[in-house]
Amino acid sequence: MNELKLKDLYDGFRDPKTIKALKNLVDKEAAKFPGKINVMEVCGGHTHTIMKYGLNQLMPENIDFIHGPGCPVCVMPKERIDHAYILSLQEDVILVTLGDMIKVPGSHGSLQDARSKGADVRFVYSPLDTIKIARENPNKKIIFFAIGFETTTPMTAALLEHVTKNKIENIYFHINHITVPEPMKVLLESNDCQIDAFIGPSHVSVITGSKIYKEFVTKYKKPVVVAGFEPVDVMQSILAIVKQFNENRCELEIEYSRAVSNDGNIAAQNLINKYFTKATHFRWRGLGDIPDSALRLRDEYSNMDAEIIYKNILPNEKIDDHKLCICGDIMRGVAKPNDCKVFGKACKPSSPLGSCMVSSEGACSAYYKYGNLIK
Amino acid sequence: MMTNITLAHGNGGQENNELITKIFYKAFKNEILSKSEDAAVIEDGTLAFSTDSFTVNPIEFPGANIGKLAICGTCNDLAMMGAKPKYLTCSVIIEEGFEVATLKRVVDSMQTELEKNGAIVVSGDTKVVPKGSVDKIFINTTGIGQIEQKGISSNNIQDDDVIIVSNSVGKHGATIFAAREGIDFSTNLKSDCASLWPVIKKLIDEGIQIRALRDATRGGVSAVLNEWAKQSNICVEIEEEKIPVCDEVKGVCELLGFEALSLANEGTFVMAISKEQASKAIELLKSIEISKEASIIGNVTLKHQGKVVLNTAWGTQRFIDLPTGELLPRIC
Ligand code: SF4
Ligand code: SF4
Repeated sequence: MNELKLKDLYDGFRDPKTIKALKNLVDKEAAKFPGKINVMEVCGGHTHTIMKYGLNQLMPENIDFIHGPGCPVCVMPKERIDHAYILSLQEDVILVTLGDMIKVPGSHGSLQDARSKGADVRFVYSPLDTIKIARENPNKKIIFFAIGFETTTPMTAALLEHVTKNKIENIYFHINHITVPEPMKVLLESNDCQIDAFIGPSHVSVITGSKIYKEFVTKYKKPVVVAGFEPVDVMQSILAIVKQFNENRCELEIEYSRAVSNDGNIAAQNLINKYFTKATHFRWRGLGDIPDSALRLRDEYSNMDAEIIYKNILPNEKIDDHKLCICGDIMRGVAKPNDCKVFGKACKPSSPLGSCMVSSEGACSAYYKYGNLIK
Repeated sequence: MMTNITLAHGNGGQENNELITKIFYKAFKNEILSKSEDAAVIEDGTLAFSTDSFTVNPIEFPGANIGKLAICGTCNDLAMMGAKPKYLTCSVIIEEGFEVATLKRVVDSMQTELEKNGAIVVSGDTKVVPKGSVDKIFINTTGIGQIEQKGISSNNIQDDDVIIVSNSVGKHGATIFAAREGIDFSTNLKSDCASLWPVIKKLIDEGIQIRALRDATRGGVSAVLNEWAKQSNICVEIEEEKIPVCDEVKGVCELLGFEALSLANEGTFVMAISKEQASKAIELLKSIEISKEASIIGNVTLKHQGKVVLNTAWGTQRFIDLPTGELLPRIC
């Protein structure tokens, strides 16, 4: 990491002059287009960028951002959060997971609540940090509660590789890795779909390549632009999308050519395939059952699969969300957070009713935090 | 309401506020406490009185250690009421097995910092507890200071006042995160931990009338500004371009998904003063080493009372809210 200059991470991509210039270009292009364009940013990271930098305020009348299902915290159904909660309260278990997962309420409470009841819950920045925890606690069972889209899967695979190669015997896995394209198709096939084009998350495509979106332009006829996460990236992608509409094109474009290719990172894909296979289904919070939209451990690793080992204590019935919560509609792009009756009132980051308010990438939390309501 | 205390209740943000108001303020209710200032003003406005406990992991980090922090913390709370720190008490809870050489280093840096403030420790207490009962060492300091400028208060900020930060923001928080997570490529990053009284004294001596003053510790600049906006029922509008943030802090924020404005500082204050005195104050601050990056970051309006608004360089606006929850890194 020493080679990396931190400044390179953001420099240039937040330049006010560039952003203003792009806004003017978007305005000009959009003025030429007679209709309205709803652009769905699939990924919560983009929602966050849009709200944090106020890019929605820069859009002309006929372009609207609608927010997608792309946040692993937001789409985690309650029963699986309960799994984490129950596992964490087992006496000899240390439950390890990533960031925001700790705050999401399941039906018994969040992992944070479990921790205040004595559970040993830890969050790590990188799954590989789990190894250290396992080494320091040889008498405990370390369960890695794996979450995330294609971006984080290779890291879990890398942990699996390390665990098997080094025969570490006290690390187990609860896998909740999900994939981006399947829910996108579900949205497009639903009756009330309002999506005209997509902005795809660049870091997913760094791993998978842009090829996973081919079908969206060929079969579904929706332009897709794979974009980075800086304000300049998003503005450029919007410009590219409006241009496609004006020029009557429907293409898959890569805005983020800094790191995305058509094929992606083959080594990472191979590693993933070595350990994972498609789960037959995954129940997405707010979106329901989506076939082939998640991964599970391959059978040969079932001795490490916490879901199998703890089968007897992990419930499997579906648990409904709070009846006032409209997260599902928000993630399908047919409602905005401020359409929710309890937004900012009964539901706030400190007392969330739904996970869209919990996750730092959730649309409700972005609206609450950055007060899009200024406009 | 909560049933158990979680780490979020100590974050300096919303949950923390809720805990304090619903439990402590409710029980201890009195006129002095309910002012909710950095230090209590007692004895007809002549003395300031403050206490703070310090726990930090790691206990030694670039730019400071827990001892320096414990003195700066309490002395700065006094200084923020325009008071010269004079007498401190110090109690220490040490975990069995703690290294004496480390303890010496910690205490020595306490003494160095006391000298900068012209204060002395006049009473103390030491407890040693079995291994595992505390994390290495906890230090509490309590201090009394002589108020040299009266009337500084978070409740008095007025329309058209100007908001100044004394230093580039977020360095302490970023340093601790970097040290904890072993992010070693931010070699120039150091905590801003420093005693602020010498700076405040200069401002007072030069006739600057300070309206409100607060060191931006836990919860960072955004917590201070939000409290001010609520307590004085004003709108604070800040300009993103004017907020000093060093490259290392920006980088850490970028990696971990934090906002520099919400990260803790230990030697950086926020000040509200009248527009007329702003340029004189800035000039003075810039002439002092620990505040040489001082900047006017915004001003007070009545547009969205009770709120803090950030204006970006490309013409958009958003609220800056109180940080909530435990500071956690984002998922990917
Ligand atoms: S997990 Fe990654 S892909 Fe998903 S919302 Fe967050 S940033 Fe986007
Ligand atoms: S505001 Fe809360 S309850 Fe409403 S949709 Fe968002 S998360 Fe659900």
